[in-house]
Amino acid sequence: MAKKVLMKGNEAIAEAAIKSGCLHFFGYPITPQTEISEYMAKRMPKVGGLCLQAESEVSAINMIMGAAASGSRCLTSSSSPGISLKSEGISYLVGCDLPCVIVNVQRGGPGLGGIQPSQQDYYQATKANGHGDEHILVLAPSSVQEMAQLTSEAFDLADIYRMPAMILADGALGQMMEPVDFELGTKREIPEKTWACNGTEGKRKKNIINSLLIDPDELETSVVNRFKRYDEIAEKEVKYEEYKCDDADIVIVAYGITSRICKTAIAAARAKGIKVGLFRPITLWPYPKKQLGALADKAKHFLVCELNMGQMVDDVKVATECKKPVSFFGRTGGVIPSPDEVLAQIEKLAAAL
Amino acid sequence: MVVFDKPKSLSPVPFHYCPGCTHGIVHRLVAEVLDELDLCGKAVGIAPVGCSVFAYNYFECDMIEAAHGRAPAVATGVKRTHPDNIVFTYQGDGDLAAIGTAETVHVGARGENITIIFINNCIYGMTGGQMAPTTMPGQVTTTSPYGRDRRIQGSPIRVCEMLSTLDGVAYAERVAVNTVPNIKKAKAAIKKAFQNQVDKKGLSIVEVLSTCPTNWGMTPEQALEWVKTDMIPFYPLGVYKDADVKDLNPTSTKEVTE
Ligand SMILES: Cc1ncc(C[n+]2csc(CCOP(=O)(O)OP(=O)(O)O)c2C)c(N)n1
Ligand code: SF4
Repeated sequence: MAKKVLMKGNEAIAEAAIKSGCLHFFGYPITPQTEISEYMAKRMPKVGGLCLQAESEVSAINMIMGAAASGSRCLTSSSSPGISLKSEGISYLVGCDLPCVIVNVQRGGPGLGGIQPSQQDYYQATKANGHGDEHILVLAPSSVQEMAQLTSEAFDLADIYRMPAMILADGALGQMMEPVDFELGTKREIPEKTWACNGTEGKRKKNIINSLLIDPDELETSVVNRFKRYDEIAEKEVKYEEYKCDDADIVIVAYGITSRICKTAIAAARAKGIKVGLFRPITLWPYPKKQLGALADKAKHFLVCELNMGQMVDDVKVATECKKPVSFFGRTGGVIPSPDEVLAQIEKLAAAL
Repeated sequence: MVVFDKPKSLSPVPFHYCPGCTHGIVHRLVAEVLDELDLCGKAVGIAPVGCSVFAYNYFECDMIEAAHGRAPAVATGVKRTHPDNIVFTYQGDGDLAAIGTAETVHVGARGENITIIFINNCIYGMTGGQMAPTTMPGQVTTTSPYGRDRRIQGSPIRVCEMLSTLDGVAYAERVAVNTVPNIKKAKAAIKKAFQNQVDKKGLSIVEVLSTCPTNWGMTPEQALEWVKTDMIPFYPLGVYKDADVKDLNPTSTKEVTE
């Protein structure tokens, strides 16, 4: 049996990246994710890799652009304000069909906000991470083990589908310590990067990595083709967890750290005889629409729980086609609700069923 | 006997540049140097956003099109992951000295072992003649219609002078392409800037005073004359830095680990 190591979530991401063959990290310090940079700074030189601190997140994401364009597996990480700065680069990475992994260990906003955990960048990650008609893969871990697991999977997904993948975590997951097993499962088949810019050596035609398509028809075709790839991803790569949903009257929909608080509340509610379950999207993009939608025929009420003002509510309404009422409970600004607060919401809904 | 041939490093496609624009001359010089040093197969070029955005179509080596101003960061990403590639950026003055100033200064501070070809034409060409960070005092542009007033719009940036203060910059030279002797000197400078990279000397930048007859509102001849009468006195030609910063700046992953 593989040995487990006790680690912070941020460190687990960094180690999992290295174990996945990532040898190039570009970052800029920001709380609460700086441990990723620090871990990389220590480890990368020991494994023949590189950790470079850029002059800004703008620069870091463009270094990623260069590294990815020349065929490297590369990682950058930041927290909310820094991700905003990366958005230009993210859009270019998408436009150039370049794979990379971007970590957002979210903190409270808007503006400089605070440094406590939040899920306030759900919209940004899933709907508007950069300009243009585009998406990136978004994976939301809920434990330190998943921080490692999903990082490893994100690299494979990014390479297979030639697009950026984001790990959308939060300050609580980044800072908490839990045991991690780095036997991260079998790797998938990765297509050869014949498109990479690393010198023709006079042996092949030149490669061009570019997002400029002046002709509207050409640009339309390229976007439409990318969306066909998105459809394929939505079909094949959706991940989610269902917990006690079989007999549930109330289904809580929550991801990341919030889903764990909800599980504690569910145990307490079940002890009181309330039939409540949890649906946890693990891929926030693509969203597990069909799978959540299937629950709308059985459950009587959906309760969305997030560390924001309700950014996922619309996605749940769309997935369930508004067949059943959707309520929201959340705290924001870095405040984490207690299981009792969630339980109170469940009891209120149960009483009205 | 062939007296004039297209360099192998230039792709067989027509340039889109305006008549009398010297972007084309500089492209040719870069391609000749890549040929002469036999670097095309190892080269990765980074195109800017500006009139030379289509540079990715013009050079025969691998090419990446960067966001406006970010070419030095993209070049860093390529060079740090593939230290054996010969990496160059080709950037205009808006790209390099306005929106990309931080990237430019820090690529110099880090002494990245890359080559920058910097086109100073005192204007934003692509967007139709707006004021650039290099627009000269008194120069009329569409966004300085009464002439650049230093009290309002500030003073131009002299890039070679500024960058030569950085430890990581190995070589900074300003050249012009307004006369045949100047074109010869420009080529020698570009060649040195690439040879320096082969020799792992650190960052090399060649600033080329270039024309934009279209947005200067001049004929090609008048534009070449204006380079001589107005630009060169304000932006003196010459070598601003020539050093070997190799020992100061490990450039490859391998060197760092060792
Ligand atoms: C983020 C961003 N801002 C603005 C622009 C618009 N834009 C395109 S080219 C350019 C200026 C280019 O001027 P310069 O770098 O001097 O090159 P030139 O065209 O003169 O060769 C600007 C402002 C853009 N493409 N991206
Ligand atoms: S607009 Fe100016 S810089 Fe651009 S191609 Fe025309 S002359 Fe050259």
